[in-house]
Amino acid sequence: MATQLRGADVVIVGMGAAGGVAAYPLAEAGLDVVGLEAGTWLDRRDFAPDEIRNNYRDWPMLIDKAEQERPTSRATSATTANRVGSHPMMNAVGGTTLHYWAQSWRLNPWDFRVVTETARRYGGSRIPTGSTVEDWPLTYDELEPYYERVEREIGVSGQAGNVRGEINASGNKFEGARSAEFPMPPLRWTAFNERMAEAARSQGWHPFPGPAAINTERYQDRRGCAYHGFCNKGGCPVDAKNATHLTTIPKAVDTGNLRVVTQAHVTTVEVDSEGRVTGVNYLTGGTEYFQPAKVVLLASYTYENVRLLLLSKSQTYPEGLANNGGQVGRHYLSHHQGAGVSALFPYDLDAWYGLPAQGVAVDDWADDNFDHADQDFIGGGNLWAMSDRRPISAAGMSTFGHGRNWGSTWKRFIRDNSDRSHYFYIQKTTLPYEDNYLDLDPTVTDPLGFPVIRITGRYRDNELAIAAFIQDKAEQWYRAAGATEIVRGGLGNSMGASTHAYGGTRMGDDAQSNVVDRWGFSHEAPNLGVLGASVMGTSGARNPTLTAQALAWRTAQHLVESWSDISE
Amino acid sequence: MADDKRLEGVDPSSISRRDLLRTAGAAGAAALLPRSVAAAETAEAARPVAAAASASGIGTAPAPSGPLMNLTARETEILSAMVDRLIPSDELGPGALDAGAIRFIDRALSEAESDSVGAYRSGLAALDRYSRYSRGAPFVELSETDQDSVLIDLQTGGATGAGAGFVGSSGSFFNMVKSHTWQGTFGDPHYGGNVDFIGWDLLGYPGVRMGVSEDEQARLEADELTPVRRSAYDYATFRR
Repeated sequence: MATQLRGADVVIVGMGAAGGVAAYPLAEAGLDVVGLEAGTWLDRRDFAPDEIRNNYRDWPMLIDKAEQERPTSRATSATTANRVGSHPMMNAVGGTTLHYWAQSWRLNPWDFRVVTETARRYGGSRIPTGSTVEDWPLTYDELEPYYERVEREIGVSGQAGNVRGEINASGNKFEGARSAEFPMPPLRWTAFNERMAEAARSQGWHPFPGPAAINTERYQDRRGCAYHGFCNKGGCPVDAKNATHLTTIPKAVDTGNLRVVTQAHVTTVEVDSEGRVTGVNYLTGGTEYFQPAKVVLLASYTYENVRLLLLSKSQTYPEGLANNGGQVGRHYLSHHQGAGVSALFPYDLDAWYGLPAQGVAVDDWADDNFDHADQDFIGGGNLWAMSDRRPISAAGMSTFGHGRNWGSTWKRFIRDNSDRSHYFYIQKTTLPYEDNYLDLDPTVTDPLGFPVIRITGRYRDNELAIAAFIQDKAEQWYRAAGATEIVRGGLGNSMGASTHAYGGTRMGDDAQSNVVDRWGFSHEAPNLGVLGASVMGTSGARNPTLTAQALAWRTAQHLVESWSDISE
Repeated sequence: MADDKRLEGVDPSSISRRDLLRTAGAAGAAALLPRSVAAAETAEAARPVAAAASASGIGTAPAPSGPLMNLTARETEILSAMVDRLIPSDELGPGALDAGAIRFIDRALSEAESDSVGAYRSGLAALDRYSRYSRGAPFVELSETDQDSVLIDLQTGGATGAGAGFVGSSGSFFNMVKSHTWQGTFGDPHYGGNVDFIGWDLLGYPGVRMGVSEDEQARLEADELTPVRRSAYDYATFRR
């Protein structure tokens, strides 16, 4: 039987982007917090600038829990699910913030009120058929103080476009009002970035540098970015990338109130006869432990948050914890970032030393920043001209129709063009739909015998229409910057596993259609909270991490302020 | 056990001209590396051999420059011919064989890509069967033009029919070899490929640095940045 450990006030499952942030306000408030993490501590000596290790061998695989739990995926319930090739997340203290691209966007105000704003401007019939989208239970303005706090605590660089209503044309004029400037100036631009910005302006657009959880100057005793490259799935060898193992987790540990337990493989959450959670079971090596806690916060990735709930069956919750309403796994979406566009330029881009968070953004065609009256979709896409090149991937570039991608002719092509191509992946508004969801795979299990998550999902007309629309804009931008050849990717089909996976434990006031309330606590088990993008009901057109972190801070602060209500 | 096969003695006469070229290239590169790096490379390369040998109960391990650990001489010959067509040595300069892509693949098959040994073994056999069946001769004996046309068949998934028998599809075998060849030509030399920085020179990649100042970026943009020739692991303290 499991070894019963000393009880804690709060146990957090996962010390990554969200759990690693939430731990700090809890520990600072004096709560006794245990942070369970499947991975280990890594540091900058583990982060060699090595493309083979980062991008082809999926470092570091010392702890391969996530890899063993790779989901299966299918487009619809009528098709067969196949195991995805690799898991998008990694296990370590700091989680995937160790090697993420660190783009730290806020959502735009529209993303919180898609239903109301669409109805107001175009009529309610413009919500796509079959979509289960709801307004968030909170507005941008309610989340703003938490965005600002997290930006300051972890360190985010960027150029504000709207501070308390005052527009600065150097930043994003479409963004929601900020209460403060960014803590640090944006990452610098290369000559090619400048050229792309100029090309955007020539089209009447409004280019600006993107926000990043990367230091651009000395901040909290760590240095600024070295711009050496290999940031794409690479950890930072100079500690300039603000992963939570460098920021909020050490601050929380320093309070003396957070204990991080590594190589802890959480299997299930326990409940009492009243339906309250009592703690979690985990394995370390072959040994089973039970960690009792007054409050449990799930802070693993979207797939694992949902899986832990569905695996934690009890008399009170026969279909899985917090799932008596049947909403766990629903409202799932993988962010549509495909339908990319590639361009070939007649000049070198000198992009060998960039990083994917360094670049030029255009928000003119995102969200509801433009009139959709004559469009057949709602939402849009954020255009992003980043600076990111690595040798192996450069040699694998598109040949833009110039023959096959190997042999002597190809060799000449690559010699002349390896630094002349650019690629837009394009983040687009993606909505939840009735028949896109997560559940447990009926046949595929992890090595412990527990079913893995099965993703059922495909993009719909709205996503495909955005993709076609935004590809035109992408090509227009590239041509304005002098591109001579353009290749477009397909518009999209099945969703698959993603680094931007939302929903499954959606946040909302209505307990009939949501798993957690406006504060991130279960509608059914009141002392169970959920952190991460699994609570988000819309994607916006930008990266989810900062929003997940702001929500995590907010959930943690609410727990502190309502401690006796929630814990007893 | 399948492992036994790869430890069979290799007849030196079966090593192709291209193999010899590649071996000479690797030795030349080792001479150029700082001594500590060369020593580390050797130790790194030798370890899996010793482990494999002891696991199979055979006491002698081939030297790092000798026969491959995971493929027979015949398989090595076919793979070398294929890799040489993917990134040929030509008037533009050295190719994948010179860059040590074969040695890279062999090492990878002992380490991170050990799951792929069977795919190589069956794929190379199928490639040879398909060559005999469709072009009337073993792959290594075909003209370069015929080799290319066979590889196009593989890549497009067209290498089917009674004579082929690829496990999965010929395209997935082709893509696996291509991916590993690219890694072995354009990846960090730490893994035994990209000898003499052949791959990085072909691309014009100015090398791994631990920092790029605004001034260095400006020099890159002015075509005045001198390439650095180092592995990431030549820098200070990285764990491998």
